[in-house]
Order: sequence, then C-alpha cells, then structure tokens
Amino acid sequence: MPEIGNTIVKLDGVERHFGAVRALDGVTIAVKAGECVGLVGHNGAGKSTLMHVLAGTGTPDQGTITVGGEPQTAYSVSRAQTLGIRCVFQELSLCPNLTVAENTRIYHPSIRGIGWRRRASDLISAKLDEVFPGHGISASDIVQDLAIGKRQMVEVARAFTVTDAPLRLVILDEPTSSLDAHTSSQLLSFVRRTVASGISCVFISHLLGEILGNSDRIIVMRDGKVVTAGAASTFNRNRLVTEMGGIEAEPAAVAAAAMADRESRKLRVRARPVRQSDGRELIAREGEIVGLAGLAAHGQTDLLLAVFRAATQRAANIEVSGPVALVAGDRQTDGIFAQWSISENIGIRSLARLRKGLLISPAREDEMAARWRDKIGIRTPDMHNNILSLSGGNQQKALFARALGSDAGIVLMDDPMRGVDVGTKLEVYELIRDEARGGRTFLWYTTETDELKNCDHVYVFHNGRIVADLRRDELTEEKVIQSSFAESA
Amino acid sequence: MTRLGRLLEKPWIWSFAGALLVWLAAIAFTRGYGAGGMVTAALSLAVFTVIVGIGQMFVITLGPGNVDLSLPASIGLASAVAMKVMGGNDAMVVVGLLAALGSGFLVGSFNYFLIRALRIPPIIATLSASFIIQSVDISYGRGLQIKPPPGFADFTNLQVLGIPVLAILTVLFALGAAVLLQRTIYGRQVLAIGQNIRAAGLAGVPVGRVRYLTYALCGTLGGLTGALLAGYFRGANVDIGNEYLLTSIAVVVIGGTSVAGGKANVPGIWGAALFLVLLLTMLNTFGVSAGVRLLLTGLIIVGVITAAGGPKSAR
Repeated sequence: MPEIGNTIVKLDGVERHFGAVRALDGVTIAVKAGECVGLVGHNGAGKSTLMHVLAGTGTPDQGTITVGGEPQTAYSVSRAQTLGIRCVFQELSLCPNLTVAENTRIYHPSIRGIGWRRRASDLISAKLDEVFPGHGISASDIVQDLAIGKRQMVEVARAFTVTDAPLRLVILDEPTSSLDAHTSSQLLSFVRRTVASGISCVFISHLLGEILGNSDRIIVMRDGKVVTAGAASTFNRNRLVTEMGGIEAEPAAVAAAAMADRESRKLRVRARPVRQSDGRELIAREGEIVGLAGLAAHGQTDLLLAVFRAATQRAANIEVSGPVALVAGDRQTDGIFAQWSISENIGIRSLARLRKGLLISPAREDEMAARWRDKIGIRTPDMHNNILSLSGGNQQKALFARALGSDAGIVLMDDPMRGVDVGTKLEVYELIRDEARGGRTFLWYTTETDELKNCDHVYVFHNGRIVADLRRDELTEEKVIQSSFAESA
Repeated sequence: MTRLGRLLEKPWIWSFAGALLVWLAAIAFTRGYGAGGMVTAALSLAVFTVIVGIGQMFVITLGPGNVDLSLPASIGLASAVAMKVMGGNDAMVVVGLLAALGSGFLVGSFNYFLIRALRIPPIIATLSASFIIQSVDISYGRGLQIKPPPGFADFTNLQVLGIPVLAILTVLFALGAAVLLQRTIYGRQVLAIGQNIRAAGLAGVPVGRVRYLTYALCGTLGGLTGALLAGYFRGANVDIGNEYLLTSIAVVVIGGTSVAGGKANVPGIWGAALFLVLLLTMLNTFGVSAGVRLLLTGLIIVGVITAAGGPKSAR
C-alpha cells in the first residue's frame, strides 16, 4: 500500500443542470495523491458528467474546483492538461481518420519539428507495450480501421503518455467496457502499478468486481448526488448494490438444465466463418441463446455481420431463416441516429408496422415508444427528446428496444452491454431469456465471461475461427480462456 | 412558450422573412408601384426552382457528398424531348410530359449507375453525366425550334386572381413532398441514411434501393421542370436549365436543410426560392448593372447561409 499523500483535486458543491434534469446536484469529492478512487452508480447517476467537470470539458453551474490547493477560476481542458489531469472518456475521443501516432501528437503539442511522427510513434508504442503487452497495434494504423477494443486500448495508453506536462490524475471512464478479460486484467494491473508510483486514478466501471478489487476508496453516486464514500475494504458487492439503489444483484441461478430437445428444434442459423478450415460451424435453433466468446475482435463481430447480410442476400456457408435485427455495441458508429428523438430511433426498424394506410402513424410510434420505455426502463421525461439527451447506458437500452420491438426472429447482439449498469443488465438478461422462451433466437457476442452464463451454447473464437463449442453444462471460465489462447490446428 | 416563439424556432421562417424584406425594399424603391405584379412574377418563376430544389433536397439529405450536378443538363434534355414529342400538338401534351419525366428518370438512373457500379463519388459522377447528357441533347435537338403546343404554353402562364395556377399546384406538390419526407417509410429511410449510413444499413434500411430511388426522383423532377420551362418560355433550349445548378443547391441550404445530411426542410425551399427571385427583381428595379447584380447575389447567398446555417451546424 503506497503512502497516500495530499489532496490533489477537490470539487466542492458542484451542480450541473441540463434543462430540467439535475445531472449533478451538489457533489463534493476529493482525490488524494497516489490513490485509486472507484466511482459507481447506475446509468444517469451523474458519473460521466462529474468527470467531464473534472476534465474541464463541462463547466459546472455552481461549485468550486480546487487543484493542488489553488482554487481554479477559469478551468478548462487546457488548464486541466497543464495541471496534469487526463481523461479517458467512455465515448472514445480519438480522431478516426488519423493514425495512432498522429492522435498521440494531437495530445502532445510539444512533439514538433522534423521527425515528430517517429517520436510520437515511439512514445505511444512504448506505452502500449507497457500497458498491453502483445497488443498487436501499429502506430501507423488508421484509428477507424481498428476494432473498438483496440481503439479503447490506444485511448487508454495515450492518456498515460508523458512529455512536458506532469501526470497527476487519470480519469478512466469505463475503460474496460470494450476490452476482453485478458486485456482488462493487463490494464488493471497497470493501473495498480501506476497508483503505487504516486499517480492518482478515478476509475468508473459497472463491473463491481473490478471496482472492489482495484480501488483504495469507493464513492457511490445516485441521482446526481454522492450517497456514500469510504475505504474499499468496508464495501462488498451487496453493500454497493444496496447503496446504488438497485435490485439485489446476485444473479438468479439460471435454470441449468441444458436443452434436452435441442436437435428437434427448428434450425434458424447455420454459419461457418470464412477462415474456418475444419468442419466446425455455428448452429442456432429456435428459442436458443447462443454465445460467441473469446478474446475481443477475433472474428465474432465479422460473423454477426455476415449473418446479418445473409438474411437479405445469398451467402456462401451461411443459412439464415427469418428476419434479423442487430443490437450494436459500438453505438455511435453503428447504432444511433443523432438528430432523431428516442422514439424515432426505436421505430426505424419497425416502420412497416407503424403505418396506418400508407403513412407512418405518430400515434402508433408514440405507443411503441411508451411501451418500451416502461418495459426496458429508459430514463427520460419525454420520449420525443433527442436521443443524445440520454446517458450512454440509456441510449443502449433504446437500441435494445429497437431490436426487441421489431419483427425479427433472430437477434444479433454485438457486445451490447458496454456502459450498461448492473441493474439494467439483469433486467435485460431477464428480458432476453423471456424472449427466447417465446421462440426468438439470440446470437450474443460478449467480452464479459459472466454473461455467457445466460447462453444455452457457447462458441469460442480465435483468429477468425471457431475453436471450441461448449454446452451450458460444460461451460467454465477456465475453458473459455484456455481455448481463447489455444492455437487451433 | 408563445406561439410567436415557436414560429421563430422553425428553420424555414427566416427564408420567408428574407423574401418579405427584399420585396418591401423593392416596393419602397418604386413607391408601391407594381407591388402585386412583382409577387405574381416571383411566384411564376419560383415554381421551377421549388420543383428542382425539392429533388436536390432529397439527394443532399442522403448525407455528405451527395449532390446532383446533372440537373441543368437533365432539364435541357427534357425540355427538348417534351417539345419534340408534343410537336406543337395539344393532343400530345400528356404524352410529351410523360416522355420528359421518363427522360429525367433515365438520367437519374444513369447517375446512380455511375455512383454504384463504378464507385465514383456523386459529385464527379453527376458532373460527368451532365457532359454526356448535354452532348446527347445537342445532337438530338440540333436545329430544333419547336414551339410548345398553344394549350400547354397557355396553361403554364395561366393565372387565377393574379396567382399562377402552376404556383398553386406546386404548393400542393410541396405539401406532398413534406408528407413523403416525414411520414412515409421511404422518407424516414432517407433521413436515416443521411445521419449515419452504416447504422441505417444495420437497422435494416435497404440503403442501395433508397439511394437509387432518390437519384431517380431528383432526375424525374428535373425532367418535369424541363417540360414546364419550355412551355413557360415558349421553346426548348440546351441552356434553359443552366441557372438551376447554383439555385437548386442554394434554396436547399437557405431553406434550412442540413448540408451534412439527415435533416431536411420543405417549406424553407418555397421561402428561399421566393427570396432569390425577389432579390433579382429588387436589384433590377434598383437598376444595377449585370456584374454588380451577380456580385450582390453571391454575397447575399453567402451571408444568408452563414447567418441561418452557422450556429446550427456548429455542434
């Protein structure tokens, strides 16, 4: 345990309002040098807003910010940078059209003159090697060509690079949401090493185990307020969940009986990955939840997209029967229509059914939106508000509503639980199991091993191939991890 | 919020306000002489801009990079096709109109073929298509001096109580276009593609089909305009559509449609078309020379776009 030193940042009575919504309602927190503060709370509790205030990207309507004992009057992003406060945002902030090295240069104006590109490359490559050994990212890769997990790795590594400004505090807003178990643990152990060397961290995550295992102190937020704060050792999973105001989080024991009648059910999807050399293929039947596991970006998303396309065009090696809907995980790129309201975003997949005669009926659209707001618990005063007025997790719920509200018999889920809080996750799991009992088929790619427990059958991917095929009763975390690393023949 | 406040929030209100302003400036200069006549003339001329503007609006709404630069050529070709098929005979008016629509539809289809099959960016594809179309038009319409059938020419100039009939029909047409945009599956899909083409595909929107229909729609509306222009100006001409290259895009932008795609505005096109036509009328009554007129038109368009579109697109 390192010596925990002086307070480096203090927020006092911070308030921030968005219209009638009080995102922050008088928050007071302090971070000391060399400590890791865990911040938890449901979607929309105000965590991300608080971190935007701390990073200088959002100005508080009320309250004061004190850094290193000095009250800050004109606090801004550049001021935060000079004071050594960095932030890794949940909505990734890299420029997609630039290379990894160029993105690093943007962060460090002091890298200039002849050879800047090489120096930026060296800086970011060294940090990536340090945080994520074996990351497989080149500094000359264009960011938009990287999978979301790798983009997150670059974003994290970049925040820890140092040139002229000091580094005192790094805010990590759900840094592991797009990382698989292996890279997550690399990151967490790096965070522990960094904190031990005297740098502070604020760590936001919905994975309570990560918070409990890596924080020195934990702050719990609810409805824009801090409800409790204390040493991490005084918390356990159940206390956290109770303080957050959620339902009891211990997942109900999933009915463990493997499907006895698997063979007799109707075949919905049969797919063989392009790079599969042996005869293995993915089979999904009516009413089944099929998991796609393995390390992030090893061909799971590619297979989901191939199945999606095969629903409308003929494709080799893939059979799909029935309409398909997709729940995007990378919601900014693949899911959200940023100029539309929440209800328009939900309705787009079901336009044909929202018609009355030839025209789309606003009444039916409102009715569908209201039904899903209640069913999936979207937190908003009005479904006609713009989709971006929702917090990240609630935007994700709208994408679930879009797919589950459609006529699709097959629902593809591309690691859809990024940035979704524990309570919501449990509700959505329950909803998915319900829908499966009703006959829907789910193909579910996830980077969280815990979620695989909801699946009837799991396929583990490695380098674009299926390397293992596990029934629910055979499923253990060790087996998944083992096969994720095993080189297939 | 007051009703006035709500009205001021509509993006199209500014184009109407601008039209009113230049009209007032013009009649202040003439001391009220010819105020009604100016409105009638403006309505007659605005009709053509509105029809092509609506076509261009659907294309621009498809998202960044989508624009139809072949409209002038398409208008020119359709005007020749319409006049040749009608052959000065009132009995052939409907057939001639259909032929003009068909010619525009083919041009739109050809544009999309270039964009899709040859993977050329729309701005290049439609521009190069317009050279091809223009060549076809020149060889097809060589020495063509056919007048429109008298009945058709009279119809395009017909007025009821000083209001051109064509303008009334075009108002109805614009209403139809607004319903198409906001309340039909096709319109919603256009808006979705314009906001995020990848997300639209993943939400089940048939992206290729919708884009094709939109380019075909825009071409068809160009064809319609070509026939109407030939009737109104009593003759077809290769250059008859030239001014619609800039104005079709200008009315879309001034009218409050987002150049970045995904957000469109039909009423604003009427306001913007009236504004542009009345602006010319105003400059003409002031008696400024042609060079100054062009300069001022350009500056005013830039100014209006900056004022109306600036703060919205900043986010």
